[in-house]
Order: sequence, then C-alpha cells, then structure tokens
Amino acid sequence: MVRIVFFLFTEAMINFFLPILTAMTLSIGVVSSAWSEVRVEVSGVGITQIPIGIASFKGQDAAPQKPALIVASDLDRSGQFKTMDPGMVLDDTSRPDFVAIRQTNTDALVTGSIQKTADGRFDVKYRLWDVIKGQDLGGQSFLVVASDLRLVSHRIADQVYEKLTGDKGVFSTRIAYVTKQSQRHVLWVADADGENAQAALTSPEPIISPRWAPNGTDLAYVSFESRKPVVYVHDVSTGKRRILANFKGSNSAPAWSPDGKTVAVTLSRDGSSQIFSLDAKGGEPKRITQSNGIDTEPVFTPDGSAIYFVSDRGGSPQIYRTPAAGGPVQRVTFLGNYNISPTLSPDGRWLAYIARNASQYRLHLLELATDKVYPLTDTHIDERPSFAANSKLILYATMVQGKEVLMTTTLDGKISAKLAGQSNNIREPHWGPFLKP
Amino acid sequence: MNKFFLSFGLAVLLSACASGVKLNDVPVEDKSGSSVSAPAPEPTPAPAVAQAQSAVAPVSTVTSDNLAAGPNGVTKVIYFDYDSFVVKAEFQNAIEGHAQFLKNNPRAKVSLEGHTDERGGREYNLALGQKRADAVRQSLSLLGVSSAQIESVSFGEEKPAIQGSDESAFSKNRRTEFFYK
Repeated sequence: MVRIVFFLFTEAMINFFLPILTAMTLSIGVVSSAWSEVRVEVSGVGITQIPIGIASFKGQDAAPQKPALIVASDLDRSGQFKTMDPGMVLDDTSRPDFVAIRQTNTDALVTGSIQKTADGRFDVKYRLWDVIKGQDLGGQSFLVVASDLRLVSHRIADQVYEKLTGDKGVFSTRIAYVTKQSQRHVLWVADADGENAQAALTSPEPIISPRWAPNGTDLAYVSFESRKPVVYVHDVSTGKRRILANFKGSNSAPAWSPDGKTVAVTLSRDGSSQIFSLDAKGGEPKRITQSNGIDTEPVFTPDGSAIYFVSDRGGSPQIYRTPAAGGPVQRVTFLGNYNISPTLSPDGRWLAYIARNASQYRLHLLELATDKVYPLTDTHIDERPSFAANSKLILYATMVQGKEVLMTTTLDGKISAKLAGQSNNIREPHWGPFLKP
Repeated sequence: MNKFFLSFGLAVLLSACASGVKLNDVPVEDKSGSSVSAPAPEPTPAPAVAQAQSAVAPVSTVTSDNLAAGPNGVTKVIYFDYDSFVVKAEFQNAIEGHAQFLKNNPRAKVSLEGHTDERGGREYNLALGQKRADAVRQSLSLLGVSSAQIESVSFGEEKPAIQGSDESAFSKNRRTEFFYK
C-alpha cells in the first residue's frame, strides 16, 4: 500500500504507523531548525508529486512568522507537492540561478521577502518561478499586521497551489473543532493546519456538531449549557450568538443549505428524532422526514436540492437521501450494518462517511457516480468527516494511542497528516468554506 | 415574596413572645402547594394574639424543594441493555413510583435524560439516548402522567456516569435519569 504520513509534533506517532510503513520508507528533509519537530514520512511508490523549492524568505529570521515554512508545510500536507529548501535566500526581485536550482530536481521555486514597515506592519512579497523554463510565474505583495502573517502565508500557498495544479487552494480556510479538558469544553476556530487556534466559546457543558455557514463566519452548533441539546448560531467574528432551535426535547445536528438561508436540524419534539428545516433567521420548523425511528445527521447536496441523512428505519443505521423539501426516500449505503455521519464533497462527486466493521469505526468514501466504496484509513475510531472546500482533502477526528486527534487525508487515502494544535482531547472538526480574499 | 413572609412570620413570632404565648402554641400548617394569595396583613401595630397565630403562612420554598427532590426512595436511574431501548421489568416499580408522584403533584416537572455508552458517533448516540428517554416517557404516559409534566431529552455519549471503556462502565452509562425541576 502506498502511503505518506506526516508527523507533526510527535515522534510517538511513528510507533503507531510503523506497521503500515513499508521497507520503502524514505524521509524528506523539508525540516529546518524552526520546526525540527516536524517529520515527514513517505512510503511506497507511484505517487506523483510536484517537486518544488521553497526558499527561505529574506528577512524571515527576524519576523514573528516564517512564511517559507508555513508555505512548505501547507503544500506538503496537500499530498500533491514534494517541498525542499534549496538552501539559498532570494527575495522576490532577484532572478534565481536556474542552472544551480535545476541540480536540486525541482520543477518550481518560491522566493520572497518579509520586512517590517515604519508603522509596525509587515510587507510580505513572494514570487513563483518555473525552474524548467526559467520563467517568472507571477507574485504578489501583502501589507499586513503581525497577527495576519500566517493568513498571508496560507494565501501564498493557495496561489502557488492553484497556479501549479489548476485547483483552488484551501490553506487559508478555517476549521472549527471542540476540545474537552476536565469539565471545560471549548469551541475553537483555527487555521486549516490546526495552528492559530482561537477560542470562540467556553462552556462547562458539552458542545458538539459545529458547522460553518457558507459565509465562513457563522457557526451553528449544539450546546448543552441549558441541560439539554439546543442549536445556536454564533458569529465568530463578533462573538454574538442566538438560539436557532430550542424546542421541547432534543435539538441537534445542524446543517446549512448551500445558500445559507436554511438550516436542517434534528428535533425530537414530535416524539422521535426527525429532520426539520428552519429559516436560518429562526421561526417555525418544517418537517422533512417521516419515520417512527431515528432520522438524523442531515447534510445538503452542493446544489441544495437534496438531503443525505442517517436513519435506522431499515433496522440498522444507514445513509439515505431525500429531496430537500421532503418526499421519497432512497437508501444510499448497503454494506455493513452501521454507516453514519455522511458528508458530501463540494464538487458533488463523493460521499464520505463512517462505517463500523468488526468494532472498528473507519472513514469510507463512496463515489456517487459508481457506488464504489473505498476505505480510507487504518485507524479504529474515526469520527465526523468533512471535506475541504476544494474537495481534495477530508478532515476527521480519530484516536491515536488513546488520544483524540484531528487528521486530514487525501481522497485516495495515501497521504494523511495529523493537525497541529491542542494536546487536549480534540474532536468534532468541521472544515470551513473558501473565504473572500 | 418569601422574604417578606419570613420577616412577617418572624414579626408574628416576636409579637407572640411579647404577648406571652408559648411558641408551641403557634399553629404551623402544611398547606402543600397552596399559593399565598391573601392580601398581606399589616404587621404593626401588634395584632391580637388570635389574629397573629392565624396569619402564620407556610413557607413556599419548602414545597418546591419537595417537588424538585422527586419521590422518596425511588431510584432515579433506569439502566438499559446494549443496543436496547426496552424498559426492563426490574425497573417497573420505579417507573410506577415516579408516575404516582407526578400524578399526585401536577405541578411537578421532570426531565428524562437519555444517555448512551461511548461507542459510535456522537450525533447518532444523541438520537439513541433520545430513544431511551422516550421509552421511559412512554411508560409514564401509559400510567396516566400528563405529557405537559415530562420533557425527554438526550445527552448522547457526552455525560457518562462512569469513565472507562469496558462493559462495566458501558452498562452504567446506558441509562435514563429522572431530573425533577
């Protein structure tokens, strides 16, 4: 099996993954002094990756963030690049020595600079070069405050990614997740690499199921702070929040429609857990599903026309599909007797979900056009998958050595990376949409 | 309100003492659930002894404490088998005890809180816990308890009674708890 595993921050992870690493393991030295704890392991053959040099940005040693390292880490995690440090410092204006750089077997090169301005902000410039043709592929300069240096670095990675793959990058998107330490539950918003985490909500009671609105600033989630599950909508930029669903019984599993105008939720107010749709501004819920058992975990299709959800109407939890306004119900999963937590890729091609098999809960991918199912992981307690906005990666929660962690994987399962960040129990991740630049 | 009646009661007791009536002679009625609706009498000037005694009112917080405590000597936790939502026969007496209490105290309100063990997805477990809470709710309804007194909710796997990942912990976590308000 071909597999690449990125080890971020913990050598102990190696012990866990060793059994699946083959004798062909090779280490790539993208590591520089500032992140010597980061380790990239590649195993197997046949992976096509773009070799790219990321030169140290001129002036980054004196800067609070090192853009070259952030860009390299982003590109590595995508699985589509093999980054290396060419060991030279070039700013965005100097023309690289392509003869020398070709010796490093890279197809592309990123150079740049970072400089503090008189008003305390930072001027970040970068340029992308085609090493083979010796061509300037363009660049950009950004003037930002120190706290936006990571964001700018992610935007540079996005531009490089798009230029070289043709797909939009997701490195400047955000993720939400929840940590629990003793009786303290915190809802976090972090960069897509797990860094730069900021607490959006702290509560003595559990928080589950955060879901980004299409606007990228509102989060819907379930909070138990009033001794029952209630659905809130929370603008993370202002901290303002409001109750969306607090009906008699349990209120849970929010899912935004693609236009952000409707939220599907699971309510037990009619006697069993059923799916309803609500105006995102609030109001009277409209019932979508009709069964005597459990219907929950709704998710809209990217065109908003249908809802996938989990139901036990057939005796075991399986994934079904129904029109967004309600109507005929069609079963989607047939393998196994426990398939939950459906999520759809924004391009509409894939359904990711968790399947239980012999007491193992693992991330699976179903290709909707062919109904082919692909298991993606070797872990045991996978939970809550969500797609990156460009449909190229899946974020999910799992357990590694008894600790809750967040991982990303490519859709072929070949490259997975553990996200940096919290060392507490970390769960309930959701990957946000593209943000406006 | 309670504060007022407490101080009023105190004033009555003080005036009673002043007029030489033994404390034991002050009648204390237990009018459970009665609301204090009579217009508040003037505490001063010190009324005649008979009027002072008749004005002693029950302290209403005692009444609501009793309702929040639920029935005495009846278990408040119903355990379930793995993957099951059936209220087992061994808990039938407990269910009847709660039903009796709720029928005897129409102002009593109970939240039935369903829970699961940690295995499986969090949202699906929330729905499974709801099934356990609903099973108890239906048992109470069959015994004639008004649905207005009951709310069944779920905590899923989020609030285990016992930490641990073995069957001994799981069996204590698959439960519905009675929480009287």
